[in-house]
Amino acid sequence: MHRYANPARFLRLAKAILPYSSGLAVLLLGSGLWFALVGSPADYQQGDSMRIMYVHVPSAWMGMVCYVAMAIFSAMALIWKHPLADLLARATAPVGAAFTLLCLVTGSLWGKPMWGTWWVWDARLTSMLILLFLYLGYMALIDAFDDPERGSKAGAILALVGAVNIPVIKFSVDWWNTLHQPASVVKMGGPAIDPSMLLPLLLMAFGFKAYWVTVLLLRGRAEIAAQKIRVLRLAQVHASSQGE
Amino acid sequence: MESLHALFAMGGYAGYVWPAYGISVVVLTAVLAISLRQVRRREAELEQLQGARRGRRNGAAGAGS
Repeated sequence: MHRYANPARFLRLAKAILPYSSGLAVLLLGSGLWFALVGSPADYQQGDSMRIMYVHVPSAWMGMVCYVAMAIFSAMALIWKHPLADLLARATAPVGAAFTLLCLVTGSLWGKPMWGTWWVWDARLTSMLILLFLYLGYMALIDAFDDPERGSKAGAILALVGAVNIPVIKFSVDWWNTLHQPASVVKMGGPAIDPSMLLPLLLMAFGFKAYWVTVLLLRGRAEIAAQKIRVLRLAQVHASSQGE
Repeated sequence: MESLHALFAMGGYAGYVWPAYGISVVVLTAVLAISLRQVRRREAELEQLQGARRGRRNGAAGAGS
């Protein structure tokens, strides 16, 4: 019964939150896109190319936020055997992978005109590429076992070990000499960015968060349904083998 | 018209800015669409399984009495 008690509550909660999170995502991303592309000034050094920042930076944040969430869910699943935690870790991985991919691609599109190269093997870029591989490895691993519980356990351990990469990404621009610029928004002494540029950045960042919550709730529902289908199928097989 | 042209030109960086936004829209829409389809499919399958189970149980109860 332990398996069902929490998912039932999650399903109720998901139903209540979904209209708000999806509505909020549409509103924030709509206004964010307008400010990012039209309603904000071009940079005095980088011109309009810096508009890529409004998708690049929030994607990078989400790539890391999703990973931290996945690692916390994984720890909860390992320590307390919380079935919902495992399910949320599974549901978060593809979203985190998508944002990490977007961060890398948009960064490349920004790097070409500004640095003169699509890619360099420096600390920030390389650690971000490793983050993408961690997501992909996690997603491959959880489905690599016949027994889904063993897959979850292996995935959770990978997620926790890989969490070492998160501080490496964050501080890579301080620890090593890299082409990538240091943090200018989340830093001591407040953001070093003009309010006209901070507004679209924050709208996009919170829009991505609302999008994540929306997809997480949907994927959580799908995972719960899959689990119930598995249980019912097993019961069916059991019943038919007893009937003979 | 003039400003629309300027928007498309992106100060000469159109070839970088528009693909960056384009791929973001495509990837995020794809993840959302795949997730939605998965939910619909699995919840329909679950509904069907549960329906079949209820039907069988009712049938068995009727036969037993």
